[in-house]
Amino acid sequence: MDHGPLIPRNRAAHPPAYDVDYKTAVPRSPRWPLLSMESTISEETGPTFGHGILGKHDNNLIVNYTQGEGLAVGERIRVHGRVLDENARPVPNTLVEIWQANAGGRYRHVKDNYFAPLDPNFGGCGRTITDDNGFYEFLTIRPGAYPWPNRANDWRPMHIHFSIFGHAFGQRLISQMYFQGDPLIDLCPIAATIKSRSQLDRLVAPLDMQGSRPMDYLAYKFDIVLRGNRQTMFENKLEGM
Amino acid sequence: MTQELTTLMETPSQTGGPYVHIGCIPSFTGITSIYPVDLGVSPIEDGAAGEIVTITGEVIDGTGWALRDAMLESWQADAAGLYPGQPGADPKVNGFCRFAADKETGKFTLRTVKPGRTPMRYGGTQAPHISVWIVARGINIGLSTRIYFEDEDNDSDPLLARIEQRQRVSTLIARKTGDGQYTFNIVLQGDGETVFLDL
Repeated sequence: MDHGPLIPRNRAAHPPAYDVDYKTAVPRSPRWPLLSMESTISEETGPTFGHGILGKHDNNLIVNYTQGEGLAVGERIRVHGRVLDENARPVPNTLVEIWQANAGGRYRHVKDNYFAPLDPNFGGCGRTITDDNGFYEFLTIRPGAYPWPNRANDWRPMHIHFSIFGHAFGQRLISQMYFQGDPLIDLCPIAATIKSRSQLDRLVAPLDMQGSRPMDYLAYKFDIVLRGNRQTMFENKLEGM
Repeated sequence: MTQELTTLMETPSQTGGPYVHIGCIPSFTGITSIYPVDLGVSPIEDGAAGEIVTITGEVIDGTGWALRDAMLESWQADAAGLYPGQPGADPKVNGFCRFAADKETGKFTLRTVKPGRTPMRYGGTQAPHISVWIVARGINIGLSTRIYFEDEDNDSDPLLARIEQRQRVSTLIARKTGDGQYTFNIVLQGDGETVFLDL
């Protein structure tokens, strides 16, 4: 079924490729302009994943590394929200993946040799699929802030990486969620690659006491917007094609 | 004042960072107890119709260094040019693959079937191609490109036709190095910079 072309990406919503303060971006940013044209079937289709791929603990990072045998250390939080498209319609049945550092700010990765210890009960990734109304949720621990080699004393604010598919390969998005009130957000050169303050604010999840559970976990709400399709009855055949 | 638009702005991208593998292909980092198998291990199953091809390459930065921490995704049609989910599509082709630059060498490998030609909305067809999306530390928004094949008819492809500087077309075309073997390097910046797409 033809859902129509994807709405052209508003590049002002996103960070530019080149940013001198994020040093790794300097040699990894294309210099020539992107080639723009209307989306084709190659961008308007995409992989789909059924609930059958999900294991029992996939969206619970507190227990998924041990498959329920042990609990991860840290401040217990629920991260929940909704995936929508630019037309404000929910994106149902789409895969959402997250990954993050442990409560001390350490990733379970051979390249991460920060002093903070690994947590034997924490792996650091999870996934889920949005429901029919686009809602998703994870249970996890709040990741720690950590230093990273960039300028002489740069620290990452607490953050959770998000990967979202949508239903079209052209909707593919990776981003990061930050936490309300973290003073490191305004010092972070990666957060600062986003030049629009209002756009950066959209990555900062508010504390959501109504979504929390007494004596168990706090909640943070994080909604995500993917590209949408152009909706019109007037898809005229272009002259000469 | 005017009425308010009810459309939303897309969530801004952020880099996948150096540990993107933890989230996307955890077994690459030794995390094997959470999922039984990584997502997107192969775009095909045994018995997929068509020519099996192996594409190898590197993702190269502006200094000429091959990235060791890039993660790539591909999406493609089957040998008949049908995307998974379309009526009649090859059930042995799921079309999606995740693969990473090697930690030591920076080399990546994609083994798949060569896709067929795919239709344009208003007529005409696209030459066989595989869509590729590249993320890594230092890439603020995932980079999109396409792999075409030098032994296919690429002349009438509408996307390739839009590239004004014709010498850049070759950056999107995999070179045949043997039977079913192709090389495709992705150059992020500098001499021979790959044409990246905004579709």
